[in-house]
Amino acid sequence: MKNKKIHIEQKELVVKSKTDNLTEIRTFVSNGARSAGVPPNVVDNIILAVDEACTNIIKHAYKYFPEGEIHIKLEFTSNKFTIIIIDHGTPFNPESIQDPDLQKYFIQHRVGGLGMYLMKSLMDEVKYISVPGKYNQVQLSKNI
Amino acid sequence: MAEFSTSTKEVGEISIIYLKGYLDAHTAPTLENTFSNLIEKGKYRTVVNFNELNYISSAGLGVFMAYIEKIRENNGDIKLSSMSEKVFNIFDLLGFPLLYEIYQTEEEAVNKFIESKSFEK
Repeated sequence: MKNKKIHIEQKELVVKSKTDNLTEIRTFVSNGARSAGVPPNVVDNIILAVDEACTNIIKHAYKYFPEGEIHIKLEFTSNKFTIIIIDHGTPFNPESIQDPDLQKYFIQHRVGGLGMYLMKSLMDEVKYISVPGKYNQVQLSKNI
Repeated sequence: MAEFSTSTKEVGEISIIYLKGYLDAHTAPTLENTFSNLIEKGKYRTVVNFNELNYISSAGLGVFMAYIEKIRENNGDIKLSSMSEKVFNIFDLLGFPLLYEIYQTEEEAVNKFIESKSFEK
């Protein structure tokens, strides 16, 4: 509707790129989603998707360098909950990751790519934007 | 800091690993150590009890992928039990029930090992 104002609320967390910050990230996302009225089972899925995105950033964008920054922004309207995650590490090409064939993974001892598959399965939308030399952004959205 | 711990119990030749807390990329090495220690001791028959596990991410799921082949090569197995619906759903989403036996209770998983052992005789 042309004149209808959409109310958007935002919250932000900035943490260093260390796996011991995953708990703080999950708590931040959980509190934000619950206070936005997202149903508990959907909150669980959102938390896992964000954990997977941040784990990928720590492992692949920052390659375990612990002083990188991860910015996590929550945005919610009456019908959509969006998480925007920004890092300044190595750019990532999501096209290079195929959905995992678990049988093949099993034989090859491969575990990478499971996180990406979970993110796509658990969220309604997963978007990547990379501006080389500046930032990478992954945007996860869930209709509520 | 994510809280996660494991404890183990021996039932005859079967090792039971109890998981507690949050299993993510930070805590997965704790579970890797538990499996490595059992394998070093030649213990390949393992039941993992998920009753007190609140959370698992793909890093945690990866631990089961990392050790299963070595364990099965030695006529062992990793059988899983007592998962909450939330944790089971993540295993299910990734197709793990095709690759791992998942039981409602620890006793069922233990009995499967005992039954297969009696068939070998």
